[in-house]
Formats: sequence, structure tokens, C-alpha cells
Amino acid sequence: MRIIIAGDGKVGLALTRLLSQEGHDLVTIDSNRAVLERDMQQFDVMTVVGNCATMATLNEAKVQQAEVLIAATSADEINLLCCLTARKMNPTLHTIARVRSPEYREQLYMMRGEFGLSLIINPEREAAKEIFRLLQLPGFLKRETFAKGRVEIVELRVLERSPLENVILNHLPHVLGCKVLVCAVIRDGHALIPSGDTMLRRGDHIYVTAPVTVLSYLMKRLGITQKKIRHAMLIGGGRVSYYLAQMLIGADVRVKIIENNPQRSEQLAQMLPEAAIICADGANQEILEAEGLNETDALVTLTGIDEQNIITSMVGNAKGVPHIVTKVNRIMTTGMVETLPIGSVVSPKELCSANIVQYVRAMQHQTGAAVTLHRIADGRAEALEFIVNKQSKYIGEPLKNLRLRLKKNILISCITHHGNTVIPDGESYYQLGDTVIVVTTREQPVLQFNDIFV
Amino acid sequence: MNVKSISRTVGLILLITGIFQLFPLLIAVIDHEPRNILAYIESLCLILLVGSALLLFSRGGNRMFSAQEGFAATGLSWIFMSAFGALPFFLSGQIPSYVDAFFEMVSGFTTTGASILTDVEALSRCNLFWRSFSHWLGGMGVLVFLLAVVPGARKNGGTGIYLMRAESPGPSVDKLTPHLRQTAMILYGIYILLTALCIVCLLLGGMPVFDSFCIAFGTAGTGGFAIKNSSMGGYSCFLQTVVTVFMFLFGVNFSLYYMLLLRKFKAVFKNEELRLYFGIAAGSIVLIAINISRMYNTVYESVHHAAFQVVSIMTTTGYGTVDFEQWPAFSKAILLSLMFIGASAGSTGGGLKVSRVLLLMKSIRRTIRKALHPRRVQPVYMDGRAVSEEVCDNVNAYLAIYCVILVLSFAIISVDGFSIGTNFSAVASCFNNIGPGFELVGATQNFSIYSDLSKIILSLDMLLGRLEIFPLLLLLSPDTWSRRR
Repeated sequence: MRIIIAGDGKVGLALTRLLSQEGHDLVTIDSNRAVLERDMQQFDVMTVVGNCATMATLNEAKVQQAEVLIAATSADEINLLCCLTARKMNPTLHTIARVRSPEYREQLYMMRGEFGLSLIINPEREAAKEIFRLLQLPGFLKRETFAKGRVEIVELRVLERSPLENVILNHLPHVLGCKVLVCAVIRDGHALIPSGDTMLRRGDHIYVTAPVTVLSYLMKRLGITQKKIRHAMLIGGGRVSYYLAQMLIGADVRVKIIENNPQRSEQLAQMLPEAAIICADGANQEILEAEGLNETDALVTLTGIDEQNIITSMVGNAKGVPHIVTKVNRIMTTGMVETLPIGSVVSPKELCSANIVQYVRAMQHQTGAAVTLHRIADGRAEALEFIVNKQSKYIGEPLKNLRLRLKKNILISCITHHGNTVIPDGESYYQLGDTVIVVTTREQPVLQFNDIFV
Repeated sequence: MNVKSISRTVGLILLITGIFQLFPLLIAVIDHEPRNILAYIESLCLILLVGSALLLFSRGGNRMFSAQEGFAATGLSWIFMSAFGALPFFLSGQIPSYVDAFFEMVSGFTTTGASILTDVEALSRCNLFWRSFSHWLGGMGVLVFLLAVVPGARKNGGTGIYLMRAESPGPSVDKLTPHLRQTAMILYGIYILLTALCIVCLLLGGMPVFDSFCIAFGTAGTGGFAIKNSSMGGYSCFLQTVVTVFMFLFGVNFSLYYMLLLRKFKAVFKNEELRLYFGIAAGSIVLIAINISRMYNTVYESVHHAAFQVVSIMTTTGYGTVDFEQWPAFSKAILLSLMFIGASAGSTGGGLKVSRVLLLMKSIRRTIRKALHPRRVQPVYMDGRAVSEEVCDNVNAYLAIYCVILVLSFAIISVDGFSIGTNFSAVASCFNNIGPGFELVGATQNFSIYSDLSKIILSLDMLLGRLEIFPLLLLLSPDTWSRRR
């Protein structure tokens, strides 16, 4: 499919990487020649220099032949104008705009209709949502929801003296007393799809598929204390902070935001009257302690500098803050960041690019495409949700008969039948209309449900 | 430096060269020439041996590929394919010295058309074909061919662009489509189509089938190897005109043909390089036609010969209809200057390239203006767009290195003791991939007079000219090969 990506910043780069891996015809537009040159050398893409909202530039990018346009420049207004102009030039074009300013939030639905946008993405809000969900059930490093929120894949770390240490997966239900499935393991920086006789080791990051209903039980069995968060400290007052603070305040959590810039602090104080805004340097440990780092339930580091977030989170960990979330946006997480004691790691650009990739795949395969797509294990594995339709193969066949027909590195990790979630075993089968969650570490994308079979 | 990924590319190129050697082998079989059949089979075996050894060696290595590897792989590929492409000439005994055979092959692949043969017609048909076919292959580039046929760019990301940039001529090489493979296929598609058209036109003009294939290959690659001692002189006036037109067409930037296919006529018409290319050619034809009018009976005849010679030299082809050695000094001076300008960027021709000349002219104008108004900010514009400073700097640097190599080679081959005119035009002709020079290496002469050392220097000049210097220069730099950078 021919896709134009306007704006080649962090999100643009992440998208270019993901979409070029899937073999699309990509054209990237940016006003900075140097970043385009880097793109051209790294990926098989065509590049156009210029302002993406002008007709001349869009013409040069051959917008008439394109099927999708993703506007992800740093300015919301340019993104909207770009999508609007492009759609006027090619009415069949699907446009996706990044709009992240809170000021436009109320008019998003209006804009979507008026400008004919197919999708509006807001990476900062996505990130805030993700952090909020993590803080609701603290203890899991990551949570991804499937099947309309009935099933989740959660990330856990196997710590010392954890009941999970040295457990063979076949015995897992006995140890935990509930049916869950480990669908991916990161060990020594490699993601693997485990089998029944894989043994969990200390230091493993595991991804567990579980119905939402057993999550709190699971936490209790694992000895993770579940105390509701009442006070949260946010370092950095950017857009993510604003969205997160709004959500937390709505859930009756006391929020303290530490922001360095006086002007921005003033602004935040006006927008968030219920939050305590402290104008100070969040990198200063004394200030953090004076503002109650030792007492807070959760620390979320959200400044624009990844390194500072990581260091501050490490300080929080040393001071014994129970729940920590770190925003890492620029640094490529290649297994290094996960080994640091900085709690959960959230990356806004990864979150929103997964959404866009899912949208593009769904466009390409109108029927049978994944309903939900989450990239887990630092993007080294994908969890996809499919609805079983008439074309799906092996309907009603017990899974034990399918073992040899599945491709390598693919796992059916959950089946939802009329709202009942089943963690599958050899006897389980899926029926027409069921929701099936598939986890894969394969390089070739699984575009349709039948792609998982040989 | 990732030696394994370089050896993989070189190995593949070698095997492709081998596959193309099957054509002349077929001709040798048809002509029942046991000695030539044996020569081609021996050469194929050697290619297979070395090619698969290189591929075996590259197994298991990662495919990491950056600008350095791209340059090195391109430079080495061209040296290897010339060295192995020369084997049949040598093994069949038709060119007894290996250095001569190597010179002939380099001259073929680099589309120069300079020959060491005193009697071309003595060569068998299979060797004549291979000589001309090497022009066709070298014209658009073997690595571009590799990019067009070998899939798997998805895994390697955009790294193929390094190969394309290293091999394709011109100051800035860009893709026509998002996928490199598609771009390479489009370029080859246009190339094959135009070549086929040329063959058909020649056949319609009554040229024998074998001749028309060979001449078309030489025209398409802007090479210049003819299969008669009189070059194009023995063919009819119509055939000469056909070749003139096609030489001119193959000297145009191929991305303009793609734009024509996309119906962007305005952009093509407004293209500054095309206008200058056309302008220089037209101006030179008029001047030479006037200058030589006394030597020919009719105006038509003088224009015809002037046009053929101007286009042949400017596109760096090097065919001849008449012995322009007999022309007045002014006409020869124009031809010599045309040698340096060369054809358009992104075509199959050589030389400095019209777009570089254009950029240099504009840089000169800028420098003069800058002297008058030191504070004036003035980007260089081309086709209505500001050209990046980097490209301008590259063009200037290119010219500097170009001159250094020109002077050095001129000095070295002067050891053989021929006249300054002979030596200078020999270097200019080889370096710009043209073919004939003046005086002792003129239109009806050849390069057999030079010693082996000079032949090797001239071969290197041809390769440097075709690959636009940097890929080969990088191979010679010790920095490239040291592990610690």
C-alpha cells in the first residue's frame, strides 16, 4: 500500500520503521533534509523535502496515488491542514493526524467529521491512559487489554523468592491456583514463546494472559501487596503530565506535579486547580525529598529528557517508592532499559505507532484483520486479537490437533466465547464469532487469522 | 568494513557476469568455433569457481551495509567483472596479451570504446558480440541490474541506495519510487525498451541482424565499439542518422523518460539540464558545420557529419563516420571541450556531466556576485529549487580531484614518449569514457601503441571515470581497510 508519512520526528521514524518492515511503499516528507537523508539510508523509502501542507509538496509525494497519509509533524495545525489539503487533492485518501494539544480536545469529534479524518492520534494521551491503567493495578509492569477489556496481557518480573521462580509452566496452574497462560518470556534480552516445559528463572520478564477477573487474585497469590494509590508525584509538566493528572484527579488521587518552567507551572496551575504544582527542578534530590518523595505512593517521571527520567526513577527506587513509571521516548529500548530499577517503562511513540500499524493492516485486509494489536516485549513480540469468521480454518478442532499445523513461534493464548474467557489447553477449540488472541515473535507480520497456520 | 557483505555483492555480480557470457557462448556454438567455445567454457568455470567461493565466504556474516561498503563493493565489483570478462579474449587467443584483453574489457564495461585492436574485423563474432554487449551491461550498470533482480531489500532496509549512488552517474542520485527495486526495474525497463526501438530502426534501415544488435548495444551504453574497421563510416546515411538520434536519446537523464511516462511534460520541458544539453549540442553542431563546410560538397553533408560527431563525442559514445583528424583546429577544439562536458547525469554517458557543468557555472556566477556584494545570501538554484550546499561542495571537490587525476595520468603515460596532443587526448578520452582521441589515438587509430603500464593507467582512468572517482579512490585509501576507525 502507498503511504505518505508527513513529519519525520520520533513518531514518524517509529512508523517508518514498522511500516517499511511490512513492505509498504513509503514516502516521507519533512522540511529538514538531513533527517530525510538518514531515512533513505536506513529504510527503503522515497523522500520529499518541503512543507507537507502545501499542494506542491504533496504533489511531489504523489498524493493522488497514495492510500494513507499520516501527518505527524510537531505542530497540530500543520497536521490538520496537511490532511485537509491532501484529502481535497485525493478524496479517497485515508488521513491520520496527530493532534495532541489539550486545547483541541473538545473539538476533536467535530474536526474528525469536518476534516474527514480517519483517525486522530494523540500519543501523549495514549501514554497517560497507559500510565493511569498501570497505576490502577500497580504491580504489573505493563497491561494490554483485549476482547473489549475482558482479557489482559500483563507483564511481570520474576523476582527473588517469588513463587514463580523455578516453576515449570505445566505446573503453573497448581502453583497459582488459577488458570493463566505465560505467552512470552524475555530472557537475556531475547523474546521467546515458551512451551509447557519451559522453566521460569529469576530475572525473566514474563507476559501473562489472564481474564480481568483473576488479575487481583493473581496479584495476591504472587504476594504483591495491592494498596490503592492515594498520592502520586509527577516529575515534568508536559502534555502527558496534564492528561495523567486529569485522570488521576478524577480517580481521587492527590497529584503533585514538579515543573521547572515558571510559565508552564502557572499555566498548569490554571488548568489543574486541584493539583499541587511545584515550580522547582525535578532533578534535584533534596527538593524531591522535601516535597515528600518518601511518602508518595507513586512516582511518574515525565520530563522530555529520557536520561533524567531514568535517573530520577532510580532515586525514587532507592528511596523505596512502591510504584514507579518512567517515560522513555527517544532512547531505543534494546533490552538495556528494562534491566534498570525504574519500574514500568512507557513510550508514547511506540504506543501510537502500534495503533496506526493496526489501522493500516485493517485497511489492507478489510475482513479478517486483527481487531487489536499490541506490541509487547519491547516490540519484539506482537499480541493480536482476531474474530473467528467463516473463512477461518480448523473451526471446532481441538487445539492439540493443530499443534503441527501452527507456524513456529506462534501461540494461541486466549479464546473468548460469548463473553466467557477460556485460557486454552489441548482440548479447547474455537467457534464462529469467538475472539482469539494470538502471540507471535515472527518477523513476517501476521495479517490475517489464517496466517498463523502453515 | 564488513568484508563479508562486500564479498557477497561481488560474488553475485561475478555470477551475473557469467550468466551473460552464455550469449557469446551460444554464438560460438552456432558458428562452430571449437576454440572459442572452449575459451568461454573455461572462463565460465573460473567465474563459477571464484563467484561461489566469494558467496561461500560471505555465509553467516551479517548484512550490515553502509556508505563505505557500498563504495568498496561497487569498486571491487567493477574490477572483478572486468578482470574475468577479459578471460574469453585472452583464452581464445584472439587478444594474446592479458593486459590488452583487460584494457579492451574495461573499455567495454565502462562504455569507453577505446580499443587496442588494429584490425577489429579479425575478431570472431562471439567476441565481437561480447565486446559490444559489455557496453550495454556497463551503460546502466550491473549493480543496478542486481538491485532490480535480487529481492530482499525489505530485510536490508534502504542500504541498496549506497550501491545505486556509487554506480549511477551524477551529482545527486534519487529514487523514482518508494522501493529501490522498483526504481531499478523502471530504469532497466526504459533502457531495454529504447534499445529494442534502436534495434528495430536499424533493422528497418537494412542493417544485418548481427550488426544491428552490436551497434545498438554500443549506442545504448554510449560505448562506441564498432564491428567494422571504418566504425560507422561504411553504413548508409539513414543508419548513421538513426544512430545519431539514439546516441542523443541515451545521453538524456533517464528519470526524464519516467516523467514523460507519468505525463509530466512541463517538468521535462523546463528541465535546465536537458535544455543546456540540447543547447550545447545544437550550438556545437552549427559551429562545426560552418567550420567544415568547405570540406564537403553540400550543406546537408557537413551538417550530417558535424551532428554525428558532436553527438557521438558529447554523449561519450565515440563512433565515427569520418576521420575528424582531418578537420580544422577549431572543430577539433570544440570536440575536445565536449569530451569534458559529457552527457547528462543519470544517463549512460560519461564525462563531467552537463548538470555538474551547470552547477559549476552557477557557482562561478555566485562567486563573482559575492565579490561585489559580500553580504549577499544566494543559494544556487536548479530547476527552481535551491541546491543544497553539500551538493555544491561535492561538485567543486569532484572537479578538483578530477583535475588531479587527469594531470597525474597524463604525466605517467607521457613516459611512452608520444606527442602532448596524443597523450592528453588519450587520457581525456579514456577518463571521460569516449573512445577516440586525437593524433595517434584519433578516429581511425587505436591504443595499441602504448606500453603495458600506460594501458593499465588508462584502464584505471576509464574505471575512475565511469564510477565517478570516489568508489575506486576509497578502495585505495588505507583508512577504508583499517579496523579501528
